[in-house]
Amino acid sequence: MAEAGSVVRCDACPVLCRIREGKTGACDRYANVAGELVRVDPLVVTQRAEATVPFLEGAADWNGALLRSGDSFVTGIGAGTTYPDYKPAPFIVGAEVDGVDMVTVVSEAIFSYCGLKVKIDTDRFLGPERAWVRCQGEPIGHVTTAEYGSQMLALGGVRHLTGGGKREGTVTCQAMLDLCARKPVEVEIEDGASVVLEAGAAPVVNGVRESRMRVGCGSATIGIFAKQWHGQADEVVVVDDHITGVLTEHQAGRFLEMPPAGIRVRGRKSTPGRYFQVANPGLGWGGTDVTDPLEIIERIDAKVAWPGLRLLMVSTTGEDAAWYVLDEELKPAPAPMPAAIAQVVERIAENCEPALTTILFMAGAGGSLRAGVTANPVRLTRSVKQALTRVTCGGAPVYVWPGGGITILVDVTRMPEGSFGYVPTPALVAPIEFSLPRADYAALGGHLESIVALEDVLAKRRLTTRPWNQDNPWPVRPRRPLAEET
Amino acid sequence: MTGSAQAALLADGRRLHLQHGPIDIIAEAFGDPAEVRLAYRQTMSRFETILTELVAELALLRRPITGAGLAVAGPVARRMVAAVWPYRQQFVTPMAAVAGAVADEVLDAMLAGRRLARAYVNDGGDIALHMAPGERLVAGLVANPDAPALDGKVELDHATPVRGLATSGWRGRSFSLGIADAVTALAASAAAADAAATLIANAVDCDHPAITRAPARALREDTDLGDLPVTIEVGPLPGPAIERALADGARCAEAFRRTGLIFGASLVLQGRARIVGPLRTDLSRVVAG
Repeated sequence: MAEAGSVVRCDACPVLCRIREGKTGACDRYANVAGELVRVDPLVVTQRAEATVPFLEGAADWNGALLRSGDSFVTGIGAGTTYPDYKPAPFIVGAEVDGVDMVTVVSEAIFSYCGLKVKIDTDRFLGPERAWVRCQGEPIGHVTTAEYGSQMLALGGVRHLTGGGKREGTVTCQAMLDLCARKPVEVEIEDGASVVLEAGAAPVVNGVRESRMRVGCGSATIGIFAKQWHGQADEVVVVDDHITGVLTEHQAGRFLEMPPAGIRVRGRKSTPGRYFQVANPGLGWGGTDVTDPLEIIERIDAKVAWPGLRLLMVSTTGEDAAWYVLDEELKPAPAPMPAAIAQVVERIAENCEPALTTILFMAGAGGSLRAGVTANPVRLTRSVKQALTRVTCGGAPVYVWPGGGITILVDVTRMPEGSFGYVPTPALVAPIEFSLPRADYAALGGHLESIVALEDVLAKRRLTTRPWNQDNPWPVRPRRPLAEET
Repeated sequence: MTGSAQAALLADGRRLHLQHGPIDIIAEAFGDPAEVRLAYRQTMSRFETILTELVAELALLRRPITGAGLAVAGPVARRMVAAVWPYRQQFVTPMAAVAGAVADEVLDAMLAGRRLARAYVNDGGDIALHMAPGERLVAGLVANPDAPALDGKVELDHATPVRGLATSGWRGRSFSLGIADAVTALAASAAAADAAATLIANAVDCDHPAITRAPARALREDTDLGDLPVTIEVGPLPGPAIERALADGARCAEAFRRTGLIFGASLVLQGRARIVGPLRTDLSRVVAG
């Protein structure tokens, strides 16, 4: 034998493969990881950190178990198999938690209907609403309604996965898998920007990494900082693609009894001191295409303005700012920014949250999946709607959309690593767990005969144990005492 | 402890899933429900011992076939040796036909004494088929097993002398000496198709810096390929290199077809395809588009 010790003999089946370090056996299911035989499509168990196993060496009742069942949660990851055509029967696990018999139905579901909702914290213009989002030249989604300080993309979905060309489906599936695995994916937006998306990381727009999310729109920025500018500047224009704010015209300036400054900005007036469309959307100041802020000044009213007027122009992230003093001809002349003003500009930046790309996986748990949980699928739907059954994805909490069906939204960064897979349809495979008291499970027609004790799962299955994500609520905690059962 | 064979009906209630170690089979029979039930019962019973029988003769089955033959006893092992026997002039071990031979054995167990209209046993892509007179089957073809999509289909009927279909390429679980993404061979049995697909895929080859190879033994301790260089990565190739490799593979496939070893084959490399034999398939059109 070459390199003694680096080869592991697998005893998972009679083939008894000898597996080299870093390689898998003939089945591709078992691997030698650092000299240990591990299942590479394992059932993932997450374990609460407070469940540290007491030091029991030498104790008579020590059975070598490293997992205490009450503090372990079996996820749906690896509940299926890697075989593309195999739909797993769900794994139904029973455990006693806080004196109540809890049942968790663990499954790896194939989601034909699924998509990603991507929130990109930037005011920069990424592309017009409804524009195609392309990856490797294939349409994988579109630009949807912008939200506060963020641009939104809707990616994936059944129309791109299976409704378009074959390559479109394959590229869409791969892009979704990569994004769910928190890998960076570059997309091109039609008539817009090229963006690198990565869940939990800053977006990169046209090669430039976004750092800050705007503190608010131009009007909100005026509202927040008006008092701090009062007495230091005669006029402040906060440049923003959505609403540009003009301090002395704004309610906040009036309240401080600031005299009108006569600086008229372009665009369409909304309410006093608030202007829409002062420029085109772009990658310049405050999400506009402006690189010289004076471009947005339409005129300076000679009857109102005065020589020596001190003017601050600033963007909603504080990234861009310029200080001017009007000369004798009432022309803004650039001047060194006073320290007190620079401090407030810095404060705008300080109050901006880090710009992130965040990704929610949205999917519908359809008919056949529910059939694996209960003989009477609609009761599962009702039970979920009434919040009697807790739904998790790889242990991560989900939002269940109201209305028909079980349509869920989950933050992919809260799910364990390696949660997602795919089938050739193409469709995504993701873990899903339904947890509820055993009595409720019986009431909704659950497959009681298939329940396996958690201890048996932990003892008999090949498992991978991961620490519990402390930000996620523990899924198996009864919602109400059993005494209230009817 | 070594695991035992697993058998279960899939969630659709129609297909049978059989798994033991590296063997992973989806099978389905069509016909009278009572006949199908009996067929599944005898299939499961046969499957129970297949892997154990194979493992008993594994050392022998990993040796290259020569004119001297290989004296094996098990029914699956004999199918494997028979499938590679026509190719004994070149380097090949009976392992080249293992998946197909298992599929044939399982299908025969399913059919024994039963009246079924149609049946298939799909052992990880190597498929054994049954069609009663007047019956047809449509098989899907996949060009890139790493990004599976239905790239084409082949229609077969009772009169077509095809009862086996197998795919080989550098991707996936088995090693290949060539660079084909997928070679699908159609033959009289799954074992025959398996052996032929393996050898045609080996023949789809060329020398190019974008191709990475490594000795088989460095990748898997128990391989039957010893120190032969197997393909581990194929980067994008220039058009002429793809055409040359496909032409070499097609020449090999055509030779097999003329001697009756296969009915036909499809060869796919980086989006280009060749069809050998009278296959009614739309693969070339789909791949080209």
